[in-house]
Amino acid sequence: MTDDATAITAPSQSATPPSQRPLAIQVEGLKKAFRIPTHRVDSLKERIVRPFSGREYRELQALKGIGFEVHQGEFFGIVGRNGSGKSTLLKLLASIYRADAGTIRMAGRLAPFIELGVGFNLELTARENVVLNGVMMGLTPGEASSRLDAVLEFAELDEFVDLKLKNYSSGMLVRLAFSTMLQADADVLLIDEVLAVGDASFQQKCADAFRRMKNEGKTIVLVTHEMATVEAYCHRAMLINDGEIQAIGEPAEVANRYLQLNFESAPESGGEEEARTSGDGVRMLDAWLKDGEGERASNVEDGQPIRLHVELEVERDADGLGVGFIIANAEGLGMFQFGTPVQDEEGSDQLRAGQRIEVEAELENPLAPGRYFVHCGVQRHGAGGEDVGLYTHNAVDFVVYGSQSSRGVLMLQHTIAARVGEGGAK
Amino acid sequence: MSTAAATSEAQSMELREVVGPSALGGGRRRFFDLLWLLAVTEFKRTYFGTVLGYLWSLIRPLMLFAVLLFVFTKIVRIGGETPNYAILLLFGIVLFSFFQEATQNSVTSVVAEEGVVRKTQFPRLVIPLATVLTAAFNFCLNLVVVFVFILAWGIDPTWSWLLFPFALTLLLVLTAAISMMLSVLFVRFRDVAIIWTVLAQVLFYATPVLYPITVVPEKYQHLLMINPLAPIFTEIQRWVINPGAESATEVTGGALGLLPAAAIFVGVCAFGVWIFRREAPRIAEEL
Repeated sequence: MTDDATAITAPSQSATPPSQRPLAIQVEGLKKAFRIPTHRVDSLKERIVRPFSGREYRELQALKGIGFEVHQGEFFGIVGRNGSGKSTLLKLLASIYRADAGTIRMAGRLAPFIELGVGFNLELTARENVVLNGVMMGLTPGEASSRLDAVLEFAELDEFVDLKLKNYSSGMLVRLAFSTMLQADADVLLIDEVLAVGDASFQQKCADAFRRMKNEGKTIVLVTHEMATVEAYCHRAMLINDGEIQAIGEPAEVANRYLQLNFESAPESGGEEEARTSGDGVRMLDAWLKDGEGERASNVEDGQPIRLHVELEVERDADGLGVGFIIANAEGLGMFQFGTPVQDEEGSDQLRAGQRIEVEAELENPLAPGRYFVHCGVQRHGAGGEDVGLYTHNAVDFVVYGSQSSRGVLMLQHTIAARVGEGGAK
Repeated sequence: MSTAAATSEAQSMELREVVGPSALGGGRRRFFDLLWLLAVTEFKRTYFGTVLGYLWSLIRPLMLFAVLLFVFTKIVRIGGETPNYAILLLFGIVLFSFFQEATQNSVTSVVAEEGVVRKTQFPRLVIPLATVLTAAFNFCLNLVVVFVFILAWGIDPTWSWLLFPFALTLLLVLTAAISMMLSVLFVRFRDVAIIWTVLAQVLFYATPVLYPITVVPEKYQHLLMINPLAPIFTEIQRWVINPGAESATEVTGGALGLLPAAAIFVGVCAFGVWIFRREAPRIAEEL
């Protein structure tokens, strides 16, 4: 965890731990399926021409019976890939969709913030929308109007109160929506993908508002892709995949599972990531990543050394061979290149057909979490003789997982300090 | 806020089941607050955004009135034999304009509020009803003008004026039911908009707006009286303008003759309520 995150969690530690407080949300056996028409019947004519075409749909099981509990005052994170069902879950919690089966029970009033909005009519002004939203949230029109100033002030949009929302920029809209939600004075907040909102100063304001709500004991359910956010704010987190709960518990663990899940399934998507070999006289037998116990692994935790094992076979007599590797990131950018000449125990570089080469490599791991590929090459470095060589693209691919999310490609060991001195005019 | 206060407040909150979106639900006060606010907002938006403001909503029926008055008194001359034809025509146009405006606007009302429907939980029924209420505001203002005309024309108020709100209630209920039905059907079937435009036009001629029912050849009178709007309009004309005119029951030859219209009225209302309640929970998914 970052220092920043520790500072955030600190104030609430004196209070009752959230796990001992009463429940704010209780979900049991929640199911939701969507009918996706294979041929969308959008007009009566089509319905009349093809009276049975309405039955041509496939059922998409968005949620396959999930259950969980959130305690009052808890900051609960929901993570999952696109299409995992997490947004459906949020919409069910917010009473926008109706569940097919299962129950949702909730304590107190709820304010949702879904798909970067709280439900505005773009034809109306900010004033009208904020008041309407307040009444939808259950305030009286009077209460809703008196809330207006606070909303506009937080959103920094006082001058635009009578401007129709269709003339707002998208940033202004999101700011207005976010502050409308904050000022709703709800007990439970549902927030879908929000922290990348607005400029840096507004982001800071949002972060401060989150901290304040957390300290006030509000229940907050946050759906996000950003693992750093989950770890910085959430008491607990839940990973949803394919409509089912994959993991629930400590944010750091859930974040790790999410990253693993994200990268494990990636190879299925594109053929270009498969190994491609071209060579003459040398054959790649196998290549893998080793974990600490020497077992085969497909991922490595950040900061832990990367261990590679490669087995090659020489098919023709050759001399002066060298084997080299490039580690590239998911974008194809080479991160590091290293290699070694191939010699037998006597120091000879003469190799005979049928001989095997085993390469062991261990590297320190400053790589940021993500997916990486190892390309392997074998080359003759002496002149003359028969041409022998090999190049295997994506000989090994692996995932670096970890709790830290980083903007960069590397995570470097560092020390940093900021000191505040006395003013110069002492 | 102190943590202790937050905790004690938190403990007082009990778990309640969340049932999901519905047509009604969420408390009566909120329903009416929301209905009123939506209607007022929409009314302001329609009439305060334009230069002439409210006058437009008056000019439209008055223009129609002037044209039709000319056509039916100078060219076709059905108006000639009917007492107080001009007032009858004006009143009919204002009444029908309300019905038409409310139903026509409600067709797209739910779809137009997509942004709100997909992100907020609130009783879905307020959307079409607010559209009807917006039209009703306009209608009320127009009624004031109509009654000024009626008095200026020399028609004296009678006791039967007290029955007018009853007929008005029937019209309002029918309008609301049709609006509910159209707004929710349009989410699924976009041709509802076109169908209703045509159907509303047919209804305009099938309802005694341009003519009193008595000028229609007798064999067609029964046919026209199947339309539930026809007895409502006939009675309003009799109660307010021409107390001596034939009543709807006299036209159909007894109360039994009104049975088809009553049946259609009840049927349409029941269907409107039923289909809206059925579809309301899934509107957000279908949009």
